[in-house]
Amino acid sequence: MSVDNLHDSKIRIDEHSGTPTTGHEWDGIEELNTPLPRWWVWTFYATVIWSLAYCVVYPAWPLLHGATEGVLGWHSRAAVVQDIADLQATRAPILAKIKDAPLDSIEQNPELLAAARTVGRVAFLNNCAACHGAGAQGAKGYPNLNTDAWIWGGKLADIKTTIEHGVRWDADKQTRVSSMPAFGRDGILTPAQVSDVADYVRTMADLPDAIAPETKGEKLFNENCAACHGVNGEGNREVGAPNLFDAVWLYGSDKAVVVNRVNQGGGGVMPAWKGRLDDTTIKALTVYVHSLGGGQ
Amino acid sequence: MSFWTRHQVFEKNSIILIVGILAVIAIGGLVEITPLFYLKSTIEVVDGIRPYTPLELTGRNIYVREGCYLCHSQMIRPLRDEVERYGHYSLAAESMYDHPHQWGSKRNGPDLARVGGKYSNDWQRDHMRDPRAVVPSSIMPGYAFLSKTPVNGAHLTEQMRLLRVVGVPYSDEQIDNATVDLAAQAASDDAGGADLQKRYPNAVLGDVAGKSSVTEEDALIAYLQHLGISVDFKLYDDKANIR
Ligand code: HEC
Ligand code: HEC
Ligand code: HEC
Repeated sequence: MSVDNLHDSKIRIDEHSGTPTTGHEWDGIEELNTPLPRWWVWTFYATVIWSLAYCVVYPAWPLLHGATEGVLGWHSRAAVVQDIADLQATRAPILAKIKDAPLDSIEQNPELLAAARTVGRVAFLNNCAACHGAGAQGAKGYPNLNTDAWIWGGKLADIKTTIEHGVRWDADKQTRVSSMPAFGRDGILTPAQVSDVADYVRTMADLPDAIAPETKGEKLFNENCAACHGVNGEGNREVGAPNLFDAVWLYGSDKAVVVNRVNQGGGGVMPAWKGRLDDTTIKALTVYVHSLGGGQ
Repeated sequence: MSFWTRHQVFEKNSIILIVGILAVIAIGGLVEITPLFYLKSTIEVVDGIRPYTPLELTGRNIYVREGCYLCHSQMIRPLRDEVERYGHYSLAAESMYDHPHQWGSKRNGPDLARVGGKYSNDWQRDHMRDPRAVVPSSIMPGYAFLSKTPVNGAHLTEQMRLLRVVGVPYSDEQIDNATVDLAAQAASDDAGGADLQKRYPNAVLGDVAGKSSVTEEDALIAYLQHLGISVDFKLYDDKANIR
């Protein structure tokens, strides 16, 4: 930059640094017009060239009917499809084995079991953990999957059906249906009867604070409940009625909770996963759940 | 003044500098935004996208009001790990009736673009009232008050008319039946549900039998259950919509 071109009479060369001043002066204080460092200027020019090259190589400028495509032909959507394909290719050998193996045989093969458990665990944490808990330990209304107290069945095929079609998930035609009548709300039983039958259920379960409701509780149970829960409260997997005398409770064993169950009836809802998850993932999930400890 | 020193004009006068900055930003904006309005490729042509039902729309207003977008995005970017976790990448068409869209940019919680159908209405209720009851490690605040607040449908038809002005194709029939449809979708055993599903295919009905009033929670859940389920990706052609 040449000082001569600027018609500012106050510009002068600073004697210490040899650099021109800007010509601004405040009470005798002047400002040096130090040029930008060379490296900075060249980096700046380099970024300008980079951006021009980018426009040529990658999709960039919108035009009237579309945008410039870029000579590389790169597209973010094509790239992700390719990335997923690459990922599937690296997993393909083991996934293909899981896919082709009969469901019953996977657990006998240590290599397949380990792979299915890994795939299953990831899918479980992503899709199932919010309801069943990260360790499949369950929560109120969402069953613990580590125990052998199955509502709908703990064989591989049962578990697979539950996962594929869900429970009381109306959008799936093959979903598991059947739910408990709302004995209290719909007036099938009076509040006193509900209380009696709840006491009977709690005696059956041998709870320390259970009150035996004489014989009327047993009669009420046999008439209203045994059809689904069995005469001894052993449950029935055909209709998803849980065992009532074991220590595993879906909703809780407090009197108020049991009374509320009998009043409201109904049943828990689980989404169907067929379609949302691919078949191999569902198979891996089945093996994962089955191998948690309660599989039959 | 040589060409190489002319930049000093901007540097020595703040007004000229500001005008210069505005001009440069305006060019950027014009080039990036204007074409979105006329380029046909901006929004893919796909089947299945319909305007929100009155209940979903009400729920959406609550989603915006409560600032759910401050912790949740609704945008699955075309990146491998996102597609692996959340499902198919989001399409522009999926938010074409959103005014404004809820893409967001913050993910304290997971992306919600495909949360529809992932959980039951029961779970959504449990989680909304007390997230830690179902997800012990959750840091999401509870929204229990939504279950005690009846929806305010006073401006529903006005909002639908307004949305029509900006291009959401609500029919007169849909607008006239807004209040009926709102109640029908929240109740489970209502015959109006069939009419509603004729007007709005795929509408997910509520499941609380004998419900007397529609709460904000019902609306929000109806909205969440609709997120990301409209397009059938088995029929979607990835190749045809390469961008
Ligand atoms: C929205 C919550 C929810 C999600 C998500 C969910 N489940 Fe469930 N699941 C339930 C409920 C509720 C039940 C019990 C249904 C009942 O009460 O009969 C259940 C039952 C089951 C059962 C049968 C248990 C038995 O005792 O017979 C299995 C197996 C199961 N789930 C596996 C899974 C897997 C695997 C996933 C993930 C792909 C999953 N669940 C996702 C809520 C859920
Ligand atoms: C039509 C079949 C059916 C009948 C009849 C029935 N139940 Fe049930 N019951 C079920 C089903 C199904 C469930 C599981 C609900 C769920 O999964 O959420 C259940 C759950 C329960 C539970 C909760 C168990 C737990 O682990 O928390 C209790 C308690 C119960 N029933 C008691 C009764 C009593 C008492 C009666 C009679 C007054 C009765 N049931 C009649 C089907 C039935
Ligand atoms: C402070 C941040 C925060 C806010 C605000 C917030 N969330 Fe969340 N949300 C989370 C976190 C963290 C999770 C993951 C843990 C969990 O499931 O609770 C989550 C999970 C969820 C999930 C489950 C997603 C899945 O796929 O498992 C839904 C649905 C949800 N939030 C809806 C909402 C709605 C609706 C609102 C507004 C009313 C909201 N959230 C506000 C942080 C937040």
